[in-house]
Amino acid sequence: MNKKFLSGDEAVAQGAWEAGCHLAASYPGTPATEILEAVATYPEIYCEWSTNEKVAYEVALGASMAGARALYASKHVGLNVAADPFFSSAYIGSKGGLVVVTADDPSMHSSQNEQDNRYYGIAAKVPVLCPSDSQECKDFTKLAFEISERFNVPVIVRLTTRTSHANSVVECDDRAEIPVKGYEKNIAKNLILPMFARKLHASLEERMLALKEFSETTDINRVEKGEDGVGIIADGVAYTYAKEVYPSAWFLKLGMIHPLPEAKVRELASKVKKIYIVEENDPVIEQAVKAMGIGCIGKEKVPRVLELNPDRVRQALFDEEPAKIDTGDVPARPPALCPGCTHRPVFHILSRLKTVITGDIGCYTLGALPPLNAMDTCVDMGASITVAHGIRKALDKIEDAKQKDKKIVAVIGDSTFFHSGMTGLVNAVYNSSPITIVIMDNRITAMTGHQQHPGTGKTLMGKETTQIEAAEVARAFGVKHVWVVDPNNYKETKEALTEAVSLDEPAVVVASRACPLYDRSQWKKPYWVNPDECNGCKICVGLGCPAISFDAETKKAKVMPVLCTGCSVCAQVCPKGAIHASEND
Amino acid sequence: MPQKTTNIFVAGVGGQGILKFSNLLCEVAMRAGLDVKKSEIHGMAQRGGSVTTHVRFGKKVYSPLIPQGSADFLVSMEHLEAVRHIAFLDREKGRLIYDTCEIDPPEVYTAQRTYPKDIEERLARLAPNRISVPAFENALKIKNPRAQNVIMLGALSTYLSFDDSLYEEAIKRGFKEKYVDSNLKAFLLGKELAKG
Repeated sequence: MNKKFLSGDEAVAQGAWEAGCHLAASYPGTPATEILEAVATYPEIYCEWSTNEKVAYEVALGASMAGARALYASKHVGLNVAADPFFSSAYIGSKGGLVVVTADDPSMHSSQNEQDNRYYGIAAKVPVLCPSDSQECKDFTKLAFEISERFNVPVIVRLTTRTSHANSVVECDDRAEIPVKGYEKNIAKNLILPMFARKLHASLEERMLALKEFSETTDINRVEKGEDGVGIIADGVAYTYAKEVYPSAWFLKLGMIHPLPEAKVRELASKVKKIYIVEENDPVIEQAVKAMGIGCIGKEKVPRVLELNPDRVRQALFDEEPAKIDTGDVPARPPALCPGCTHRPVFHILSRLKTVITGDIGCYTLGALPPLNAMDTCVDMGASITVAHGIRKALDKIEDAKQKDKKIVAVIGDSTFFHSGMTGLVNAVYNSSPITIVIMDNRITAMTGHQQHPGTGKTLMGKETTQIEAAEVARAFGVKHVWVVDPNNYKETKEALTEAVSLDEPAVVVASRACPLYDRSQWKKPYWVNPDECNGCKICVGLGCPAISFDAETKKAKVMPVLCTGCSVCAQVCPKGAIHASEND
Repeated sequence: MPQKTTNIFVAGVGGQGILKFSNLLCEVAMRAGLDVKKSEIHGMAQRGGSVTTHVRFGKKVYSPLIPQGSADFLVSMEHLEAVRHIAFLDREKGRLIYDTCEIDPPEVYTAQRTYPKDIEERLARLAPNRISVPAFENALKIKNPRAQNVIMLGALSTYLSFDDSLYEEAIKRGFKEKYVDSNLKAFLLGKELAKG
């Protein structure tokens, strides 16, 4: 046994490896991305970035049908994409262990919502394990494989940002080599025609009854003796906050929140006068406890919006507000597009074309922020194209030229295009939508830290593979007007975009250049501003590049050499030609 | 080490090596036989934005997050970030260790406002126990701007009771071989700077 200092994500991978897992599939998404990145360090496990979460889930389910131990991982909203096969898989069950890791993001550090995926377990009738630190992330993942095979059901392991991205000491073991059982035809189980599904639903209800028994006896659900009349029921990282601020309370620590161990809840209730439920986001445990007829204090004290922390839990339990400190005005430091980002020139041009811009999920969503202000909508993966199409069809119904003649541009990243933009593009062509689709092709999944995708030419396991070009895909789908431009060539990009939006047919502009953080070989020496030529017009500042600033005293722009990547876009937009490349470059 | 949990809040701007700093520190504490927890944020929040990590070590650590007002050390690699996160510092017993280097936030580099000029006055009020370490300035002097974080680690080490050999081991394991010597030097430089 050796000790490692692992993040929760890494610990899930370690647990899967120890459990003899054979296959893992995922699509990158914060805070779950590092699970597969860590799995990829174990050569015994076949792993892949699938094109999207639905694909990843089905890959894992197929492997389970063939008797392999399979792991699916995604961020919380990824499971929405995979919800269709996920629900079916509860009926089908698992031949090889099937573990579903969802990493939720309370506080939306890097997400569009803070949905509580424990509900998925309740809705689909699947057990839910909630680890509270990295050791439990590893142990619960291993346990989840055992539960999955023993009870013939997929098992959710639910992480949150503060378990995924928190490190703690983990005692590690060796891998158990478990052979893949192999495939046998079994249509009554694997083919969910209604005639089979009706029986499978009844069987699933029986499986849940057996799992309820398990939940009552497993030691991951345990009553911890306290010193006074207060009891706390808590799961996940919320348990650690409660333990920190109220160590003398009685606890029911829930490792498995569904099915709920009702006898253990009653045991706690018999020991204490008052029960608090400390859980993040929604009152999942609280509702179940209240449904048992047991009084408890939950969401009236414990906040439902944003993540918990020791201070918020202390306030909920003791009505103690954290001290307010007057720091004076501190300018915010929100995330911004990086210096040299290839998305910047595209947004700078689009914001001047005065079109409606429907956006998508990725780094480029930051194009919505000032000073670019170049995005109107962002919904979910792939929605840029489909929302643009819907807006177009609605405006066609209006006689007023101001509305009818609006140009609609959808902006989507390369990885997002392969994820779920392609079906929207087929729809736009099929249903004749004169919209422009800009594919921001930086050759990699940049937002989550540079993961490979079908356009990259490499797999997660490092193998060379077919590189699929977005422009060829668009042409094959019947788009007649396709441009491939270098976004750092401002003039070329502007001409293509201007012509594309003037057309009455679907048009695709692929703005193709590698993310400068991914491919640093393209970096050039820093540019510089000649103060004698600069007239202080601030057009370059309007690019929002962190490497350009404006000196309020001299009324001149300047380039900060430490940050500049030499992309040249500021020099191209400067009307005075005052920004120059370093001479020896 | 004392039985009480030691809390170290680390702040700065994306790109300053805050995560590396925290990883090295955690490795030292773990090798010293302590329970250690660290929490950080990745993803969208990291793109040039404020970056923070919570590092906690002791006999048994529960929460991965530091409660407000209980950081024994607030280490900030940037001037303004020290003010932003000051609520985590234990004002009575804790110590602020900070670099006065200034990185413009977006509102400043897009010419909407200027960088605050009164940070030192605010810190004098908010953090009576503090030491400023010109780590970035010295990193430039030794022609290794990326070593700012390791210089700050050297400065912090003078207030902790871990043996220097643990830091040296962590640096040797944490960097590619060709960067080890320069970072060991940066660590020693940080110790000197902390002594003033």
